[in-house]
Formats: sequence, structure tokens, C-alpha cells
Amino acid sequence: MTELVNLHISEALDLLNKKEISSVELTKAHLSEMEKARFLNAYITETPERALADAEASDKRRANGDSLGALDGIPIANKDLYCTAGIRTTAASKMLSHFVPPYESTVTQKLKDAGTVMLGKVNTDQFAMGGSTMTSYFGVTKNPWTDEKGEYSLVPGGSSGGSAAAVSAGLCMGATGSDTGGSIRQPASFCGITGIKPTYGRCSRYGIVAFASSLDQAGPMARSVKDCALMLREMAGADGHDSTVAELPVPDFTAALTGDIRGKKIGIPKEYRPDGLNAEVARVWDKGIQLLQDAGAEIVDISLPHTKYALPVYYIVACAEASSNLSRYDGVRYTERVSGHTLDEMYENTRTDGFGPEVIRRILLGTFVLSAGFYDAYYTRAQRVRRLIYEDFKKAFETVDAIVVPAAPTPALSYEAMKNMSPVDTYLGDVFTTPSSLAGVPSLSLPVGLSNTGLPIGLQIIGKHFDENTVFQVGDVLEKAAGFNLMPHRVKG
Amino acid sequence: MYTIHGKTGDWELVIGLEVHCQILSKSKVFSGASAEFGAEQNTHVSFIDAGFPGMLPKVNEKCIEQCVKTGFGLNAKINKYSRFDRKNYFYADLPQGYQISQLYHPIVGEGYIEVTTDEGTRRIGVERLHLEQDAGKSIHDMVPGKSLIDLNRCGVGLMEIVSKPDMHSPAEAGEYLRQLRAIVRALGTCDGNMDEGSMRCDVNVSVRKVGETTLRPRTEVKNVNSVRFVMQAVEFEANRQIDIYENGGTCQQETRLFDSVNVETRPMRSKENANDYRYFPDPDLLPVILTDEYIENIRQNLPELPEAKKKRYVEELGLTPYDASILTADHETSDYFETAIRGQDAKKVANWVMGDLFAYLNKSAKTISESPIKAEDLGALVGLIQDGTISGKIAKEVFEIMAETGKAPAVIVEEKGLKQVSDTGAIEALIADILSANMDKVAEIKAGKDKLKGWLVGQIMKASQGKVNPALANQLLNKKLEEV
Repeated sequence: MTELVNLHISEALDLLNKKEISSVELTKAHLSEMEKARFLNAYITETPERALADAEASDKRRANGDSLGALDGIPIANKDLYCTAGIRTTAASKMLSHFVPPYESTVTQKLKDAGTVMLGKVNTDQFAMGGSTMTSYFGVTKNPWTDEKGEYSLVPGGSSGGSAAAVSAGLCMGATGSDTGGSIRQPASFCGITGIKPTYGRCSRYGIVAFASSLDQAGPMARSVKDCALMLREMAGADGHDSTVAELPVPDFTAALTGDIRGKKIGIPKEYRPDGLNAEVARVWDKGIQLLQDAGAEIVDISLPHTKYALPVYYIVACAEASSNLSRYDGVRYTERVSGHTLDEMYENTRTDGFGPEVIRRILLGTFVLSAGFYDAYYTRAQRVRRLIYEDFKKAFETVDAIVVPAAPTPALSYEAMKNMSPVDTYLGDVFTTPSSLAGVPSLSLPVGLSNTGLPIGLQIIGKHFDENTVFQVGDVLEKAAGFNLMPHRVKG
Repeated sequence: MYTIHGKTGDWELVIGLEVHCQILSKSKVFSGASAEFGAEQNTHVSFIDAGFPGMLPKVNEKCIEQCVKTGFGLNAKINKYSRFDRKNYFYADLPQGYQISQLYHPIVGEGYIEVTTDEGTRRIGVERLHLEQDAGKSIHDMVPGKSLIDLNRCGVGLMEIVSKPDMHSPAEAGEYLRQLRAIVRALGTCDGNMDEGSMRCDVNVSVRKVGETTLRPRTEVKNVNSVRFVMQAVEFEANRQIDIYENGGTCQQETRLFDSVNVETRPMRSKENANDYRYFPDPDLLPVILTDEYIENIRQNLPELPEAKKKRYVEELGLTPYDASILTADHETSDYFETAIRGQDAKKVANWVMGDLFAYLNKSAKTISESPIKAEDLGALVGLIQDGTISGKIAKEVFEIMAETGKAPAVIVEEKGLKQVSDTGAIEALIADILSANMDKVAEIKAGKDKLKGWLVGQIMKASQGKVNPALANQLLNKKLEEV
């Protein structure tokens, strides 16, 4: 059965269509793997009964020659930020620890409509705020990759750390993630899997617990570029609910995987190579560049001059929006409530108790930057610089087809190391991912090499707005050239 | 100019109004829930209205259209680019924790409303109209120690119409509000029902010495919800401020509440005052971009506005501007008037509407739509006078009966036998009788005492119980007198 949990989605679909395996078998294999790997704490809520029922229904369809959609029978996990009708959706918070949405998010509905089987809801940083799952009310997720001593001491990254760990450890074939400032790409890098933050406006945000509305974007996480392309096609598209989704046709992204990138211009921005860049990360980046060049791509040195402002701009914009988006969790309706003598006291008690320290920190930061007397100095200025960052990319894409940069400044860190870091130091982990978030451009993260201690290191491929095709195309070539097919099989040992 | 005479001299008033108009639309401004008034509590609430996680607003295009229409009604600039902002504050009946509004880029810019008072007609500037969502309702006095929340109203579209500080008297403020209500009602963009809260008014008042050119601090009086209350609030607030100044004090900018029972304003608790709303552009919504074509299409399909109607009444129907403004103050009145004038003399009908009808409605506390006298019937009554069927005097009598019974005037005239006698022969006979009974008076008239003719006519009317056509009676009397 172990092989089943190592399959790629594309491979599993083949076997399912050839009737060599059933969705029930596939689902059971994953459920049993989930049980074995519970110590990783990847899932907040497991839904085995529903998964098996869905898998049986899928097998029945297939037996009758029917199919619900392109991913019929594929077991996946959903980040616990996606509202799932009738299934608890917590955003990894105490505030929503008992919240059962009566509605389904657009993206998870689309995946359901494509025939996927949901195994459960996976861990995340609380309200997607963090890069390690350490802010989750339900405890941290462990990275399935171990340290030099073979111990599970590493963070999976975040916020989509539960998704990344589950995909990496074979606890699902693919998972939904969400990315605001790197929350798909950094955990993908930490866990040695592939994930894409599509163009802002590619997927509907309807039903996803909001963190920062102008940055939040849904995306798939899986074990190959092709699997991400398969999943994204089902996840994307307008829904009539989210006004910021583009009314564009969703292409068959797998058709872009031609394996041929000869003549493509790949930009390498100098701003991503600051003094003191982690040597192992630099080595993997250089290797990636070399592989692309060997595949016939033209490497072009470029400049994205406002890169250094991306991190502070991101934290101003994201926190400002978060402070407002999280106002609705006030104890009046569906959240946990801690009563008080007055309405204000009830708010204070509820929100102090229901939010973790990182969430409170960001609400305070956001409230501050929007408050009278500071708004122009912070928020207005940040929006202006955001525009410049966007222009940087726009200008760069006049000469290049894609940009390749590291996904994270380091391989996966240990809990111990992160516990001792100041909040600002942890924010530095988003330095390579926030620029493309602010610009809204698509960005794929895929594993390209290993650190000296055997930990995966990923690179990002950034493309033009709504040009996920090129991103997938380049990513596919790089994936094959790098030959990264390692799984943290030590988990199962 | 309206001034208040104080101990230290004359004071003038500076008044501005902020009016919230609930938009007439089937559904709410950012959700598909019904915007209907008066349903059972919490039955018109979507997950969007209740601020559930992951819910997103989506602009109801009907509300945009209603704002543009109203913009035209305010003679205002329609902004082709507008945008939504979030106004952040916590309250139990505000589920999102913010109100979606338009601070920085409203959908409608500067305009004006023409207001006619005893002092003449003036243009009162409109600063802006912006689109926003209403909050829910908190009910604090139903269950002791608890507040109940009704979210039916939450998310209903509102147009906030902000005037310039251009008004200078209670009458002007009242008339502005009345005109504004007439405009939105004529356009069908708001039902203007202030007692149901679908139109709500905040009044900004400050005073200054006549001749001063700068403004003194203003107070904002909240929830002044009728034309009469607006006038009362302005008057109270102006006098209160003048008292303070004249006793050596100073006024602070503050928010006050109008108490309609005691006819006074009271300060709000300072806590309710101290909000920093942290406005910022709502990232969930795209800017609203209107094309010239869209705007022009709305303009061409506008119903006639009170202003244009007024002009038409003056130019085409020959009414005075004052009469025209009264008859166009609301569309119920103008609809009534226009039905009544079909085939009739408009000026005469206008006199009947503003005279007898208004007096009757006033006395019996009825609105014009509740009038027992149908517009067609009032017109017919004027017609009966015009064609000589009845005299003006008899018409008053018929009017009373119409008001009582709701019957058509022709029916009443027939039933009561009130038809004016226009049969020349019958009248001549009557005149002959009267003349022969009053030969002494005839002699005096012949001797030049013309005044006595009137007395003779009076006798004729009396003998005929008012049914003789007075003009005809005069004419025939003259003829007879010559013959004598």
C-alpha cells in the first residue's frame, strides 16, 4: 500500500482510469497513512467517513463509465481556512474552534465538483498569520523531513504548513493552500513539494477565511508541477461572488507542459542576492539557473529596484487589511464568546481570549497604520510603493518571460530556533515571496536541491499576470532537470 | 434674511443637512437578501450581511443606478470613477465590524436643490452623494439586561446626501428636506418615509454675528426625523448656542441628539463621539466605473423632476412660481393636480386644490392620497362652474358633499337639484316679478342710482335660491331695465 501514497495525482488518475486501482483503495491507503503519521499533527479535522463514502461514489461512477470531473477519486486535504459546509472550519484559531460553516468555499466546491475526495482539514498558522504553523491554536505541525539526528524538530513552514506536510508525508495526494505573502511557496520549499500562488484574481476567495483581501490567493500544493497544473485548472475561475476574480477563461495548464523552453528568457534579479544570502540557498539557485540554461533558456540579469521595500510594505498592507477583516470575530454571532458587563468588555474578553498573540500583534499593527495621523505616513505611502513594485515586475516582463529566485532565505528551521526569534526576524522569512504577492503575479515554488543536512530547498518561478502557463512550462522543465523526487521516507521507516 | 435678535446684536444661522436615504431596491446593496421593510426580525439576512467568515460583498447594480438617478435629481456631477471604503468601528448591529461606504471617491459630486420659501427661491448646494450600507438595529429595552439585534436592515443600500452649509433659516432647512424628499420620491429612488426610518436626517448648526465671515464651531444633531423636527432642532440649537455666546461662553464641536418629546437637543455620551474610523479602500470591491453611455441612458429615461415640473407649471399652465412649488412639493400632490386638470382650467383647479382641498385635508388630518374627493371629481367640479352648470357659491356646497360622500359632483348636482337656471325665459319671468314688486327702486335706478342694481341681483339670487347664473341674471336685468 505504501506505493499508493507515493503516487502523483497524474499517475493515480491513469491507474484509476485503467481500473488498476480504486478510489477506495487510494483513500484507505491515505487514511491509514494519516493514522500512522498523526504525530506530525498535519490535520486539524479528519473526515474519514465522508472520504470513504465519496471514494465509493467515485468508484461507482467510474464503473458506470461516468466521471464527475478531471480529478475523480483523488484524495486531497483542504487547508482549514477554506469553509467546508457541515465540517468544522477553525482557521486554526480558538475563536472559530467550534465554527461549522453552512456553506462551501468556491474553490473547495469546484474541487468537489471535479470528483475529489476530501480526507480532512489541515493545519495552518492561526488565520494564516505566520510561517511555521506555530501560531496554530491546535499545535504545530511537524515537518516530515527530519534533522541531522533524525528527529522531527523542524517546522513545515507556513501558513500552509499542514498542507505541505500532508502532501510531503503522503497523507493526501494534493492539498489546497492559500498564499498572502508566501504561505504556499515557503512551506512547499520547506517540505520539498510543489505549490503555486496563482495570479491574484485567478481563484475566488469566496468562503476562504480572509486575512488580507488584496493579497490572499488560493492555490494548489502537490508533488509535481503537473499535479499543481491539474488541480489549479479545477480551482480557478469566476464564481459571481468575488468581484476581484478575473472573468477570464481558465486554460488547460497541463497543455503548457511542452518540455521545451528553448529561447525563453529567464530573468535573474540582482536584488535577490543580498550580501549574506544563505550559501546553500545560493548554491541551489545557481544550480537551477544552470539547468535552465542547459535546457536552452536565455538567462538575463535584471533589476527589480524596489524589492527591498516589499517586506515592510507587505506588513503594513496585510496588517491593515487584517485588522479590518478580523473585526467580525466579535463574540456577537458564531464565534466563541467570553461575556463581560458591557458590550465593550465582551469584545475585549472575547478577542483577547479567542486570538493568539501573533494575530493580536498584527491587528494592533494594522490598527495603528490606519489610525488618524498615521494613515498617510504608513498606509498611503505603502500603497504607493506597492505600485512601484508592481511596475518593477511589469517592466521586467517587457524583456523576460519568467523570473527565477529562491523561495525562502533558508531551508526549514527548527522550532527551537524559531521560538527564540523576534517577530520581526520571523517576518524576514517572507523576504523572497512578498514582492510577487504585492505585484499579484503568479509564482510557483518547486524543490530543486538539498541543503548540506539533506533538507529540501525550493526555487520560485514568477510569471506575468495570468501567464501561469509559462510558469508551469518552465517549472516542469526545471523539475525534470533537477530530478528532485525525494520523499521524506524516513517518516515511514 | 432670517436672523435671531439677541442681547448683543443680530445672529445669523449656518445650517447643513446630512440626509440618509434608503435606496428603493429589491435586494440589499452588497448581498442578495431582500431589502423589504417590516418583515419578521432576522428573516432577511444573508451570510454576507451577518459577516460570516469568507463572505464577500458584491455590488448590486440597481443601487448604482438609483444613485446616478438621484444625482441627476440633485443637478449634480456624476462621477465616472467611484470607490468603496471601509469605515471601521465595533457595534453589535454591525456584523462586519466595518461599514462599506465611499469616503474618498463618492459616486455623485457637487449639485444643488432649488428651495423656495417666503424669502424667495435659493439654490442650496449639495456637496456629495455617496453609496453605503445600513447597519442593523439594536433593541435595548425588550429584554432586561440584554440587547437584541435585528439584521434585516443591515446591508440595505443608503444614499448619504450631504448639503453645503448653505441654509440660513429653519424654514429653509425644512424646505430643503421637503424638496429632497420630493425629488427622491419622484425618481423612485427612496420612498422618503421618515417615520419608518427610510429617510433620516442629521442637522449641522452653527451661529455667527451678522457680518462675520468665518464659521463658528458647529454641532451635529443626530436623528432628526421629520421636516418639523428639523425646523425645531435648528431653532432650539441656534438659540442654545446664542445663549452660550451671549453669556460669555464658547461652543465646542459636538454631536447631540434631538429629543422630539421635549423639543430639545442633548449631548451624546463622549464615548460615542470618540471614534477613529480608520477609513481605507475596501479591497474586496473593485472601483465603480461608469461609461458615458450608461450615464446618458439613465438621464434620458428619467421621470420629470419636481424642478422641471415646477417650471412647466409656470410656463405652460400659467401658475405663479409659489403655487407651482407647492403643487410639486411631492409627487402625490402633483399627480393629483395633473389628473384634476385634464380638460379643465389649470389655474382654477390649482386654486381649488390649494384652497378648499388643502383646507379640508388639513382639518381632517388626511394626506392627499387619502382624499375622499377623487382628482377627476375635483376637476369635474371646476368644469361644472366653467360651463355654467353651477355657480361658484353652489360649488362650495357641492364640494362639502363630495368630501362627505365621495360622490361625483354631477351626481350631487342632479340629486340635490342644484343646477343653475340658465333658461332665459324663466329668468326673465323671475326678473319681471321682482321689478314689478320693486318699482320704486327701478325709478331710483333710472334716476341714476346705479348701485341699486346689485341689490336687485341679490333679490333675484335669493328668489332662485342661488341657482340663477349670476352673469346671465345681470345681463337680463339690464335689458329689462332698459325696457321699463
